[in-house]
Amino acid sequence: MITVKNLTKTYTNGEIVTPVLKGIDMDIKHGEFIAIMGKSGAGKSTLLYQISLLDKPTEGTINVNGIDILNLSETERTQFRLKRLGYIFQDYALVPELTAEENVAIPLLMQGIDSNKAKGKARHIIDSIDMVGKYTNRPNQLSGGQQQRISIARAIVQEPEILFADEPTANLDSASSEQVIELMRDLHKKGQTIVMVTHEPEYTKYCDRIIYLEDGKIVSHDYKIST
Amino acid sequence: MSFFKKQLDTLSKFWSVGYFLGLRQIVRGSIWINLLIISIMTLTFLSLVVIPGILVGLTEGSFEQNREYLTGDLYLTTLPDEETIVNSQDIVRVLDSLPEVENYSVRYKIGSTVEAGYINRDDFTEEAESLSVSAFVIDPEQEEATTGLSEFLIEGEMLSSDRSGEVLIGSTLLQKYSNFSDLFEPLVNVEVGRPVKITLQGEVEDDFQREQQLLDGNNDPGQTSEFIVAGIIDSKVGELSSSIFITEQDYRRIAQQRSLQAQEIVVKHNGRFTDEQFKDIALSYGFGRYAKVQTATEAIPKFLADVQQTFGFLGNIIGFVGIIVSSITVFIVIYINALTRRKFIGILKGIGISEGAIEFAYSIQSLFYAVFGIGLGLVILYGLLVPFFVQNPIDFPFSDGILVAELIPTLTRALILVVITMIAGFLPARIIVRQNTLDSILQR
Repeated sequence: MITVKNLTKTYTNGEIVTPVLKGIDMDIKHGEFIAIMGKSGAGKSTLLYQISLLDKPTEGTINVNGIDILNLSETERTQFRLKRLGYIFQDYALVPELTAEENVAIPLLMQGIDSNKAKGKARHIIDSIDMVGKYTNRPNQLSGGQQQRISIARAIVQEPEILFADEPTANLDSASSEQVIELMRDLHKKGQTIVMVTHEPEYTKYCDRIIYLEDGKIVSHDYKIST
Repeated sequence: MSFFKKQLDTLSKFWSVGYFLGLRQIVRGSIWINLLIISIMTLTFLSLVVIPGILVGLTEGSFEQNREYLTGDLYLTTLPDEETIVNSQDIVRVLDSLPEVENYSVRYKIGSTVEAGYINRDDFTEEAESLSVSAFVIDPEQEEATTGLSEFLIEGEMLSSDRSGEVLIGSTLLQKYSNFSDLFEPLVNVEVGRPVKITLQGEVEDDFQREQQLLDGNNDPGQTSEFIVAGIIDSKVGELSSSIFITEQDYRRIAQQRSLQAQEIVVKHNGRFTDEQFKDIALSYGFGRYAKVQTATEAIPKFLADVQQTFGFLGNIIGFVGIIVSSITVFIVIYINALTRRKFIGILKGIGISEGAIEFAYSIQSLFYAVFGIGLGLVILYGLLVPFFVQNPIDFPFSDGILVAELIPTLTRALILVVITMIAGFLPARIIVRQNTLDSILQR
């Protein structure tokens, strides 16, 4: 599904050159739930940003379902992200002026779906994540855990091929974190491909595989049997 | 799908998502920020129209006073080679018969000398207290009906055809009111109810009188007579304040003037025509053969026309500078607004919302701020400022300055400001939107 070859990312600030990713090779198969782990500064978030098209690598290739995504124009990358990828951010990243259902519906509106249909689908997804009745709440009227679940609803509403999650539990208490991880497990059970960055080992329990990064390189792939 | 249909479809998505985002950012954003931006837009709009409007209003006020009190809607004066309006009486007869005419006033304008303080004068080696001035010879009732001259009386009363031997004197000629004492020596001993000597230019038939005039230091030949000062006229129409007014009967009596040929005829129409249309009517009766026929606009004194042109030019420059300043202001305001929302712009891009839709959202916000700000400005302008300046004109030395805000030029400036605001709102949004998505999300 995703094939990454010789991926490098180097940040340059004046004369200071900082290599963050140093020749990453990896494959992600359809339906896999993968965790990327590593110490702070290992390059795990940077790796996620490259393969999720939020950033452009310095070198290497990324192939998603046969498409070399590095050859896409900026407009094509935006379209690709809209139609085929979903994102869960560490700080939920909901638009504060939009209600829960509007936050979830906005990717559908961008695809040209009628407003009523989009809101209907958004409500359906919100119901499915046990947040019935929270449709018109604004982000500041929701707890951190609820905001993250709305963020997940927004990420999956257009049924993406791959779901990317950047430390989705980092800002949550343990109970909320557990709910979020359970939700991701449910999605995975339904066949959703998920790539998650985390530094908390206890939340990798449902993952199929854990990729360990150290100093910009993959040091190991741990295959697990999900429960 | 054809290329154009695809483009239309994309634009339609930009519009619907841009509108969706923009509207919610306005409605659910901070009311204080909205009020602040709308206030800035209102003040910007007002600065665009009020300052040039007052500059234009300053000359406009002067022009209106000239029309109202000096030239009327139609101003008939002598032809270049003539000393009087030939066939004045024929013109007057036509004016009497024209239903379009509301009022008219026939004036004789002659040179004169006013002498004051002669009763108590004991040192004849000093120059007499006198001034050479223009004298308006009028029919008081006709003049009053046409121009309302008595409005400018600051002392005394209006002339009357029932009384003789009275004069109105312009305030500029008097020391206690004059601001021009550097240019000439104004009269000191002039009081309402007291006499002054007036010499009307013309041939003197009485040798003794001429001898007396020369003894008084008056070298201009003419008929001299004593008048009682009936009142003092003070007007911002300079020509009125620097002249004297006597009745037609007195003029004919003193100057033994039998000619009925006037120097000026001031006509006001009934308001159902433009001045130009009224002029065409007058010309169709052949007035042009006997008099120089001018509309009020054409009769504007040259200095006033020059000032009007200069102020109009200054107004345009100020307006242009105002538009530049307002576009920079809007740019900064929207840029700061977009900059504070940079993270969310990045997130929207990250989840696949197109740049065009986000830019459109900011354009809609700019449009909202422009429309509401300018709308509020229009309400303040026409509901408050224009009526206020009509009631309380600014007291300039040569006019009562009003605020001129004609609808079409004002709406044109409003439209320009809307367009400039939308561009100034779009550009910063575009700058922020074009930044690297990840840098925006991580705010680095």
